[in-house]
Amino acid sequence: MSALLETRGVWQRFGGLIANSDVSISVGRGEIVGLIGPNGAGKSTLFNLIAGVLPPTQGSIWFDGENVTHMPAAERCQRGVGRTFQVVKSFETMTVIDNVIVGALVRNTVMREARRKAHEVLEFTGLAARADVLASDLVPAEKRRLEVARALATEPKLLLLDEVLTGLTPTEAQTGVALVRKVRDAGITVLMVEHVMEIVMPLVDRAIVLDLGKVLVEGKPADVVRDPKVISAYLGDRHAQRA
Amino acid sequence: MDKNFAARRRRDLVIAAVLAGLAALAPLFIKDVYVQNILILTLMYAALSQSWNILSGYCGQISLGHALYFGIGAYTTELLFTKFGVLPWFGMLGGGVIAAVIAMGLGYPFFRLRGHYFVIATIVIAEIGLLLFQNWEWAGAAMGITIPIRGDSWLKFQFLRTKLPYFYFALALCCLAWFVTWWLEDSKWGFWWRAVKDNPEAAESLGVVVFNSKMGAAAVSAFLVAIGGAFYAQFLAYIDPESVMGFQFSLLMALPAVLGGIGTLWGPVLGAAILIPMTELTRSYIGGSGRGVDLIVYGALIVAISLALPRGLVSLFSRAKPKGATR
Repeated sequence: MSALLETRGVWQRFGGLIANSDVSISVGRGEIVGLIGPNGAGKSTLFNLIAGVLPPTQGSIWFDGENVTHMPAAERCQRGVGRTFQVVKSFETMTVIDNVIVGALVRNTVMREARRKAHEVLEFTGLAARADVLASDLVPAEKRRLEVARALATEPKLLLLDEVLTGLTPTEAQTGVALVRKVRDAGITVLMVEHVMEIVMPLVDRAIVLDLGKVLVEGKPADVVRDPKVISAYLGDRHAQRA
Repeated sequence: MDKNFAARRRRDLVIAAVLAGLAALAPLFIKDVYVQNILILTLMYAALSQSWNILSGYCGQISLGHALYFGIGAYTTELLFTKFGVLPWFGMLGGGVIAAVIAMGLGYPFFRLRGHYFVIATIVIAEIGLLLFQNWEWAGAAMGITIPIRGDSWLKFQFLRTKLPYFYFALALCCLAWFVTWWLEDSKWGFWWRAVKDNPEAAESLGVVVFNSKMGAAAVSAFLVAIGGAFYAQFLAYIDPESVMGFQFSLLMALPAVLGGIGTLWGPVLGAAILIPMTELTRSYIGGSGRGVDLIVYGALIVAISLALPRGLVSLFSRAKPKGATR
């Protein structure tokens, strides 16, 4: 079976800055893959290229056997790519349920069905009690969950999570981890960007470490955290030698 | 939850039907032509503002150039009637279609603009339209067009002896604009528009084709406004560029919605019901002393209301305050 998502030799330049250089990664069906790396490693850029916010300068992106390199974000969503935003982008003047209905409308053209689907997703994500609250009245952790709920309502094959666990209290983060597992168990492939290693490592099946725009190391989380190259990228060379 | 939602939608519909019924009976008690005139204008502006609200309120693309579509409706109707003898009813529809096409044609470049730049573009385009019509000889240029009076007739939609047909048409148009909004509010388009308004980037990631949603909103909005323009031309029986395409129309479409509650179902009607009679009354009672005092009173009231109720007058009626409100 071919990979669900694949990037082939992807480059992204912003003027003189090279954010991604020759990045080739693949995500298999049913996996939870962590995309990690220090600040400025190019994680968010790669993430945006996959989500279709902008096309790469060079290289191609394949989703579900199809070249989607130049496909706009909305169309990728229709093909089955769901995403959240690092800086939450709720529809603030709309209620929680209405936020999720927007997502549900991708696969349900009849309002009644979209609404039912949205309620289902709110149950799944534990937001059901907040359905009729305005998105602007949610606390930050709930807003993060709303991002996930909205994306899930589009019934994605691949869910892209952009630092959904960052900045949460330990309890909130644990709830988040449980939710991600639940999402995978529902048959959805997950690619998550995080930079807090201790939260992601126990959760992911495979980790891809980016540094300075390149893939540094890729492998099982337990191996990745011990890799000297990863330690030096995060902590500097001195620590790498000691390890 | 869903029951509440469905119940609220039904309740809105019932309230609208009752209000429309009461309005339809109004002429039985109001015989004064001056007052009837105010009622007609109020209904017309309610309809216009409701239409404006679709693009600017729901979809968030603030237009201060809707006078263009109003004028196009008026001119299409009257040019077709005076030059080719086409009945105003067809002219009205034709004007609506032309306005919708122009709105989409303009949307193509301008929907790439954001925020203030979009607003400025709409003002400029409407001014260009005004200038074109002021210099277009065939269309009467600055002299305008006088609609030949051929006696009271529904076919030609002109009435000299009574204003009542105009009243009922304005009422019907207002009901139509309200109903279209009501219907769209719980549709894919309605949700897409609100999503686009709140956060286009997030909307795009959820499969909303932002550009197309704006185009759809612009077309519906312009179509309805042009119907209003056609009506107004028939009502005046005389048009010139300034009296159907002047900037004041753009403002008078926007203000009721802003005052009543932008992006809400009831805002435009409520805003128009207060604003238009007030405009007319201040003009006739204190406006005679030279242009100015009426506008000062008018402006002060708008400022006061927007300061006290930034979400519009409808926020007075929302039972559940922010928490729990659906719109």
